[in-house]
Amino acid sequence: MSETDLRTHAEEIHEQFSGQLDIDVDDVEERLDTLVNEYKVPASEARRSVVNTYLDEAGMDRDQLGGGGGGNEQVDLADVDAPEEWVDVRATVVELWDPRADAVAQVGLLGDETGTIKFTKWSKSDLPELEEGTSYSLRNVVTDEYQGRFSVKLNRTTTIEELDEQIEVGSDSVEVEGALVDIQSGSGLIKRCPEDECTRVLQNGRCSEHGEVEGEFDLRIKGVLDDGEEVTEVIFDEEATEELTGIALEEAKEMAMDALDTTVVADEMRADILGRYYSVTGPTFGRYVLADEQEQLTGTVDADELLIKARSI
Amino acid sequence: MATTPTREVAQRVFAREFNDASYTFKESDDDRAPVYVLLPTGQRANRVFLVGTLTETEDVGEDSEYWQGRVVDPNGDTFFMYAGQYQPDAASMLRELEPPAYVAVVGKPRTYETDEGDVNVSVRPESISQVDEATRDRWVVEAAERTLDRIRRFNGADPEDPDIDEYVAMAHEEYGDDVEPYRQSVVGALESMEDTAEASAD
Repeated sequence: MSETDLRTHAEEIHEQFSGQLDIDVDDVEERLDTLVNEYKVPASEARRSVVNTYLDEAGMDRDQLGGGGGGNEQVDLADVDAPEEWVDVRATVVELWDPRADAVAQVGLLGDETGTIKFTKWSKSDLPELEEGTSYSLRNVVTDEYQGRFSVKLNRTTTIEELDEQIEVGSDSVEVEGALVDIQSGSGLIKRCPEDECTRVLQNGRCSEHGEVEGEFDLRIKGVLDDGEEVTEVIFDEEATEELTGIALEEAKEMAMDALDTTVVADEMRADILGRYYSVTGPTFGRYVLADEQEQLTGTVDADELLIKARSI
Repeated sequence: MATTPTREVAQRVFAREFNDASYTFKESDDDRAPVYVLLPTGQRANRVFLVGTLTETEDVGEDSEYWQGRVVDPNGDTFFMYAGQYQPDAASMLRELEPPAYVAVVGKPRTYETDEGDVNVSVRPESISQVDEATRDRWVVEAAERTLDRIRRFNGADPEDPDIDEYVAMAHEEYGDDVEPYRQSVVGALESMEDTAEASAD
């Protein structure tokens, strides 16, 4: 995070509290700086934390906060994880798509350092045209969700301001580490609906859309990584599952055939991977991380530094 | 921002502290509300993850199988776990595993009051898996780190402060101010790692 960005955040926070609390912009900036550069906290979280500190000092509720930042939280696109939130974003228009309905003026993809998100701009909102490749500050947009994917909607009250700076678009890949503490049902050797573009996982040979079908075998693991502070649900597809467990689809089918039972595959996988530590990298989909790369953490860990700390308390 | 309700994080704790966590509570009146044990360093725990040495298994059931497992941490302190017909996977692991073995256990803390009025704390395992030494070592360092974080937070808090973390306050009230034994268990666990590192370097 550059210093000018921190300064902007600091000024906005300062403005939010103007009239309520006598605070110094430099002081705000210093607090943000400590969190972001020393503790490596994401800017949005740092901002939240600093605002909370001042709210406490002023004995105020978040609702009472002035409209300096539009009144909304400025969020990173990757942090959009609930529908119907009013938020501010700073993002670049990555792509514009052809609107399929007259009600939609523009539709496309926004991106910031943390990832990308779909946006929709309604015709009746009467907003200025967004241009591909340009960065904007968009205030008062509403989040939405469809089948686990989030989007933002621009509306009549949205303000659009073109930015001088160019916001870089990062990949929405995240890296999570932790112990694999659970393998959920629907893992192992599964069957999917063979209908075009369906791929739903069958329950007792039935697809919820197409009824009884001749399923196609697939491998998948829905696992839970837990680092003692946070839990993350991770989905491993066929390739990732094979890499993780050493069990390929053909082998899994043979195992199931021999046992006359598909659940032996998941049982075998459990024994191989539960309770071990992994690092997983991949894009997020709803509340899941889709594993692109995974690695078991087996290297030695250094206890010296921790021991010095423990002795010094 | 609102998030979907997620599963409970598994706390990392050494056996000495875990076995002292005799105070339990619920956060709502709902019958199905999760039960938490309160760790003496001021953290609630509804799930734990631990890795240690399985030293003994025994079927202590009368009518049906009820397996007890003893898992020892680097300080030689013991986690007790019990698995019966409602934990079939964990029970069959305890039936089949040959001690000694390194095991990773995910489970729920449970408390039990003895006829003498003592409260015993144990683990009701959700899963047990056999793991290697590297996984055990990683857990020891992780548990040390998390425990140290809790101790620092506990020591840094003033029980008179109205804004004190509620679980730290609760721990002060239920268990008192002394968390030194848990700091010692961190030091002891980490020292045991140094010893093995030195031994294998020789």
